[in-house]
Amino acid sequence: MDSSRRRILQLLGLSSLALTARPVFNAFAKDEHAEKPQAIIKDSENALKAKQWALVIDTRQFESEEDLEPLVDVCNEVHNVPHLSEKRHEIKWIWGEHYHNAFPGKAARFLSEEVEHKPFLVLCNHCENPPCVRACPTQATFKRESDGIVLMDFHRCIGCRFCMAACPFGARSFNYRDPRPFIKEINDKFPTRMKGVVEKCNFCAERLAEGQLPACVEVSEGKLTFGDLYDPESDVRELIKTNFTIRRKQTLGTEPSVYYIV
Amino acid sequence: MLELAIKGSKKYYGWMTFLLVIIGIGFLFYLKQLDFGLGITGLSRDTSWGFYIANFTFLVGVAAGGVMVVLPYYLHDYKAFGKITILGEFLAISSVVMCVTFILVDLGQPMRIFNVFLYPTLHSVLFWDTIVLNGYLFLNLVIGWNVLEAERNGIHYQAWLKPLIYISIPWAVSIHTVTAFLFCGLPGRGFWMTAILAPRFLSSAFAAGPALLILLCLIIRRVTNFDPGREQIQSLAKIVAYAICINVFFFLCEVFVAFYSNIPEHMDHIKYLFIGLHGKSAYVPWMWASFSLMTIGIILTVNPFTRKNEGVLAVACVAIFFGTWIDKGLGMIAGGFTPSPLHHVNEYIPSLPEVVIALAVWATGFLILTALFKMAVGVKEEVGQ
Repeated sequence: MDSSRRRILQLLGLSSLALTARPVFNAFAKDEHAEKPQAIIKDSENALKAKQWALVIDTRQFESEEDLEPLVDVCNEVHNVPHLSEKRHEIKWIWGEHYHNAFPGKAARFLSEEVEHKPFLVLCNHCENPPCVRACPTQATFKRESDGIVLMDFHRCIGCRFCMAACPFGARSFNYRDPRPFIKEINDKFPTRMKGVVEKCNFCAERLAEGQLPACVEVSEGKLTFGDLYDPESDVRELIKTNFTIRRKQTLGTEPSVYYIV
Repeated sequence: MLELAIKGSKKYYGWMTFLLVIIGIGFLFYLKQLDFGLGITGLSRDTSWGFYIANFTFLVGVAAGGVMVVLPYYLHDYKAFGKITILGEFLAISSVVMCVTFILVDLGQPMRIFNVFLYPTLHSVLFWDTIVLNGYLFLNLVIGWNVLEAERNGIHYQAWLKPLIYISIPWAVSIHTVTAFLFCGLPGRGFWMTAILAPRFLSSAFAAGPALLILLCLIIRRVTNFDPGREQIQSLAKIVAYAICINVFFFLCEVFVAFYSNIPEHMDHIKYLFIGLHGKSAYVPWMWASFSLMTIGIILTVNPFTRKNEGVLAVACVAIFFGTWIDKGLGMIAGGFTPSPLHHVNEYIPSLPEVVIALAVWATGFLILTALFKMAVGVKEEVGQ
C-alpha cells in the first residue's frame, strides 16, 4: 500500500515536470528568423535620431526657482507626473536642487553667492554605464541601444526598487500609492502609471519619435540644448567644446549624459 | 514523518495557534498594503528599502549560520554535532522561507515576481540571489528530510546525498556573499561600498545563527525528552564567541578606514548612525545598544566561566542575537540610505503596519521551524537518543 502510494506520487511529480516540457521545446524550436518580441516606439518619418542623446544645461541662465518652474511643470503635464503632498511619496522627473546637493563633493567651503543660492536642475543622467540597468532583475529598465536613452517598461517592473538603490543621482521615484488621483489633468498621449512601479525621466522618447525635442528643452528658450553626443557637429558638442562643463559625480564612472555649464 | 508534526501536546497546539493568530493579523495588514501600495510603510523616495529588506538580510545570515553545525560534522567528522545537524538544516529551511517571504512582501508588484525567471538577467545580483536562496532551500529540504528519515529507519542515509551535503557547505557561504553583493556593488552608497561587507555579513551570520540555535537547543531540552547535549551547546558557544569577536573587529576596521581617511561620503553614514547628522538621530540609541549588547556577548562567551554556565550563556546568546539584529537589520539598511546620494538627511522610521507584517513573516518562519523541529525531535525520541 505504502509503496504504491509512493509510486503514484512519483508519477504525479514526473508528469508535472513533463508539463514544463512544452515551453522548453518551443524555445528550442524557435527558428532564428522568428520575430523576437520587443518594445518598439513607432518612429514617424521625421523622428529624431542619435547615437547617444545628451543634454547641456546652461546654469548661468537660471537664477531662481521661478526660472525652473516652466520646465518642471511642462514635464509633469506631458508625462502625467502626479503631485503628492506627502514628501515620502513624491514623484519627481526633473527638479531643482542646491549646488551642494546636486554636486556633493564638488561644493567648496566658500562658494560664490550666486551659485550657493540658486537652484540647479537635476534629472536622470541617461548614463552611458547605467548602474540601474545593471541592477534591474527583469530588464524593466534598459538602455536603448539605438540612442542611449535609459527607459522604463512600467508593465514589466516588479517594484523591487533595486534600481533606486543603484542610482547615485536619486533620479528614480517609486509609486508608493496609486498616482492617478493626483494627476491634475491627464494627458492621453502618455501612459499613467500604477502603484508599485518605478519611474523617471525618459528624455521624452515619445516626443523624439515624433520629431519633437524634449518638452523641457522646448520651453527653456535656449537655456537647455539637446543633441547627439557622438556627432562632432552637434549643438551639444559645440557647447561642450566652447564652454567649461561639469557633470554630476563623474568619479563614479557612470558617464552621465547631462552636462552643466557653470 | 509529517504525522509527527500534526500530533502534539496542548502546549504545542497552543503555541502554533498563537503563531497563526499573528500570521492572520499580519496578513490583514498585507492585504491593506496590496490594496494601497507600499505607501503604508515608512519607506520614501530617499530610503527605498527598509524593515523588510533589513530582516531579509539578517535572516539570510541565520540561514547561512546553519552551516556551522553541518561543516564540523561532515568535513571534520566532529561526531558530537551529528546529533544536531538536523536542527541546523531545519533552521536554515525556515530562515530561507522567511527571506523569500520578506522579498515578496517588499515588492511593489508581487504578482509579477515570475518576470525574474521569464527574463533571466545575468548582470543583476538580485537574479543570482534568487537562484542561490532557492537552491539553498532545496538543498536543505532534500538533505534534512532524507537524513532524518534514514535515521528514523535505522539505516545510513543514501549515498547520493553525500555530494549534496558537500555542495551545501560552500552554498551557505554563497547565499550571504551574494546578499552582500546586492549592496556593496552600488556606486554612490559609501556605507556599503566596502570589500569586507560580505565577510562582515558572514561573521555576524555565524554569530547570530548559532546563538539562536543554542537558545533553541536549550528550549528543546526543557520541553522535550531529547537533549541536544552539553558538549554540543558548548561547541556552538565557542563558534559564537569567535564569530562575534570577528564581527566587532570588522566593524572597527570600517570605522578606522572611514575616519582616518576622513572621506565625508564614508564617515557621514557612521556619524548619522552613532551621533546623528543634521539634527536627525533616531538610530543613535539603537546603535549604541547594539554595540553594548555585542560587547556583553563577547565578554560572556569568551570567558570560559560564564560560557560554561548555561544560564549565563543563554543571556549572552539573546544579547548577541538582538545586537546583531539591530546592527545588520536596522542600521545596515537605513544607515546606507541616510544621508541620501544628494546628501539629504530624511530619516526612515518603520510604520506600524510594516512592523506587524514583518512580525507575521517571523511568525511564519517560527511556525515552520516548530513543525520541523517537532518532527526532528519526534524521530530522536523514537530512536531513543
